[in-house]
Amino acid sequence: MENLILQALSGLASASSLFLVASGLTVIFGVSRIVNFAHGSFYMLGAYLAWTFVTNLPRGHLGFWGGVLGAALAVGVIGMAVEMLLLRRIYRAPELFQLLATFGVVLIVQDLALLIWGPQDLLGPRAPGLRGSTEVLGLRFPLYELFLIGVGPVVLGLLWLLFYRTRWGTLVRAATQDREMVGALGVNQRMLFTSVFFLGSLLAGLGGALQLPRESVNLHMDLSIIAEAFVVVVVGGLGSLSGAALAALLIGELHAFGILIFPKITLVLVFLVMAVVLVIRPHGLLGRPQEAARGTGMAEPVIRAAPPALKWLGLAALIAAILLPPFAGDYALTVLTDMAVFILFAASLHFIMGPGGMASFGHAAYFGLGAYGAALAVKWLAAPMGLGLALAPLAAGLGGLVFGWFCVRLSGVYSAMLTLAFAQITWSIAFQWVELTGGDNGILGVWPAPWAAGKLTYYYLTLALCLGATLILRRIIHAPFGYALRAQRDSPLRAEAIGMDGFRIRWAGFALAACMAGIAGGLFAYAKGSVFPTYLDIPRSVDALLMVLLGGVQTLSGPIAGAIAFTGLQEQLSRMTDLWRLVLGIVIVLLVLFFPQGLAGAARSAWEARDARPNA
Amino acid sequence: MAEVMEATRPAMASTSLLEVRKLEAWYGESHVLHGVDLDVRQGEVVTLLGRNGAGKTTTLRAIMGLVGRRAGSVRFQGQELINARSDRIARAGIALCPEERGIFASLNVTENLMLPPVVQPGGLDLDTIYSLFPNLRERASSQGTKLSGGEQQMLAIARILRTGAKLLLLDEPTEGLAPVIVQQIGRTIREIKARGFTVLLVEQNFRFAQTVADRHYVMEHGRVVDMVPNDQLAASMGRLHEYLGV
Repeated sequence: MENLILQALSGLASASSLFLVASGLTVIFGVSRIVNFAHGSFYMLGAYLAWTFVTNLPRGHLGFWGGVLGAALAVGVIGMAVEMLLLRRIYRAPELFQLLATFGVVLIVQDLALLIWGPQDLLGPRAPGLRGSTEVLGLRFPLYELFLIGVGPVVLGLLWLLFYRTRWGTLVRAATQDREMVGALGVNQRMLFTSVFFLGSLLAGLGGALQLPRESVNLHMDLSIIAEAFVVVVVGGLGSLSGAALAALLIGELHAFGILIFPKITLVLVFLVMAVVLVIRPHGLLGRPQEAARGTGMAEPVIRAAPPALKWLGLAALIAAILLPPFAGDYALTVLTDMAVFILFAASLHFIMGPGGMASFGHAAYFGLGAYGAALAVKWLAAPMGLGLALAPLAAGLGGLVFGWFCVRLSGVYSAMLTLAFAQITWSIAFQWVELTGGDNGILGVWPAPWAAGKLTYYYLTLALCLGATLILRRIIHAPFGYALRAQRDSPLRAEAIGMDGFRIRWAGFALAACMAGIAGGLFAYAKGSVFPTYLDIPRSVDALLMVLLGGVQTLSGPIAGAIAFTGLQEQLSRMTDLWRLVLGIVIVLLVLFFPQGLAGAARSAWEARDARPNA
Repeated sequence: MAEVMEATRPAMASTSLLEVRKLEAWYGESHVLHGVDLDVRQGEVVTLLGRNGAGKTTTLRAIMGLVGRRAGSVRFQGQELINARSDRIARAGIALCPEERGIFASLNVTENLMLPPVVQPGGLDLDTIYSLFPNLRERASSQGTKLSGGEQQMLAIARILRTGAKLLLLDEPTEGLAPVIVQQIGRTIREIKARGFTVLLVEQNFRFAQTVADRHYVMEHGRVVDMVPNDQLAASMGRLHEYLGV
């Protein structure tokens, strides 16, 4: 009993911290409709800045609390700067491009933090006056945790006053619903958006700064909090402040008791909760269906055949990919094999994102299911390579059928977050079911059959299978099924009215894309000789997203160009400099600002402009 | 008196409140307006007539700066606004009451009413607005979208009378409303004209238009193709029937 009360209290404390971060995220999303991945980076910056301020200011109340508030304010200003310099320019860009931009910020902040504060964990001082513990219902409980429990409701109350009792709040609520109309009524939206970013980032920074006495400050804080904060925001309902509070409470408590009952579940608990909530309530606990932000949506352009010059370029690249490798070294062959695998991986994600119109944040699940499908067959059935490679798309396709059945019912960010939830659930099974999957140690000894064991032979096998599968995807996009897929994306109602079953079309497309990702995963497993849980973790899903977005969602050659560019860049950068994240982040940000159509889209526009000039 | 009017008319024409020249507009890649020319003088009520898809609503939205891309010239009180953002256009003194009314569901009636900032002196005060629209006073704390269609239309018009905007762009204010409410809207428009507001009105309901307007522009295929003063309406009926197909 005593234990239960203590768990409930510590659940409240973590709910409180979670709410601070999530409230900022949900406010920013509500107004700007930007899915701000950089929010976790603001949280991390809050913690680091608080560490710097507090350790440099004189000890005592003023030094500590001044440092914490100073850090929160500084992060607010940083958020404002990011909005003014970067995001403001891309409000009209497609949603996913904004996501890419904020991810560029994540990479930049990560390396800047590494440069400034170094790789080691930093320990902050404890909060003055709140060092010890106190008696709660006859039990000893840390004072600082008790203080945190109070912070959440206070912040919620202040935000409520701000939103419902001030003119600024009225404007924000109006802009959350219809920002175009707010502008037409004479409200300067730029100021409004910038101030919302200031507030949201400040809350993230405050959340981070208040962690200082609780845990060490490190470089992984950004990604670990962003996943949880997103879950809270989505479970609560995007843009809903009270929903975020409710969801934070739910997840904080479930976490606290989950550890008690079934310790293994904590890694995946939040995602399980999100999956259950989204399946039952597609717009979160207190969310309303999002009205599309008017005047910002861009119709997807029609897919056009590549201009002849680009076709020749593609053919030349293919010939080079076939003729040159015999003269390449082992290292180059490894990189080329990876590239071929990732081309298919990216093309399969593009298939559901571009023509399908569904974003997936968890596409690595199917890559990983393919890899594990093959590896488990090798480990438990001693299956030959042929069978392993055949099982890979089957396993992934099955996963796609099951998960897709839930995901394709939702739309937009909700659907993308549900794919992420399923990916994390799959990941935690691979990570924690040690008896079956070997857990973190992975499965070793997944080697190709003797005839394909040579690096060059295996490269050709990979190239043939991956390019073949990619071409099949291309063919399908131009087949009636592809038309149906695009029709339901562009106008679900009209598609339904002429007798198309949007759900089934999306479901089939989702499963097919999963199959294709499975082929890529299976080939990758044999190329590396082993599989690990990292094959299906969040960073791998993010890699796939980056490839597709770098290349451009609207062209068929996009994912190919994106996969080559991303794999090449990452490979080259990580060899040349330790700060490859910084460089990659800057490249992404510049790309978003100057080539909003992606690499392939930009190349096409350049060709078309060149071709058009003599006629004009 | 009539002579004075005659004498000042050329001068008035050259000092239109709103001068639209060669206005073009695009939604994404589709080119919707192909060079609209029109003038609205101080104190006039002017309608845009035309079939569905002729570009009437787009003309209002383009004047307000709410289309993806626009070109040409929109001069208001002599000030060029073609490159201005919509909030600047609103602060210059133009206000839009859109077809779908743009009432905010998350705000109550008073909050909806008080939302637009006062852009210039000369707007109506709250008491005058409530005396024009008594329903709104009764429902001050109701959620904006819980009002009836007619009340929402009143709210959408009332909202832009407070700001001091000189030119009101009303997009089909009578659409989908019961006849008795349509009459009330008609009275409202005549009332705000009497108070010195200038109105540019998009209307499908031709009979309603002739009860409130001074002049009518006819649009076809993204252009203005004709202009009929209200007092010559009877004489031009044949022509109008051809344009509108009514």
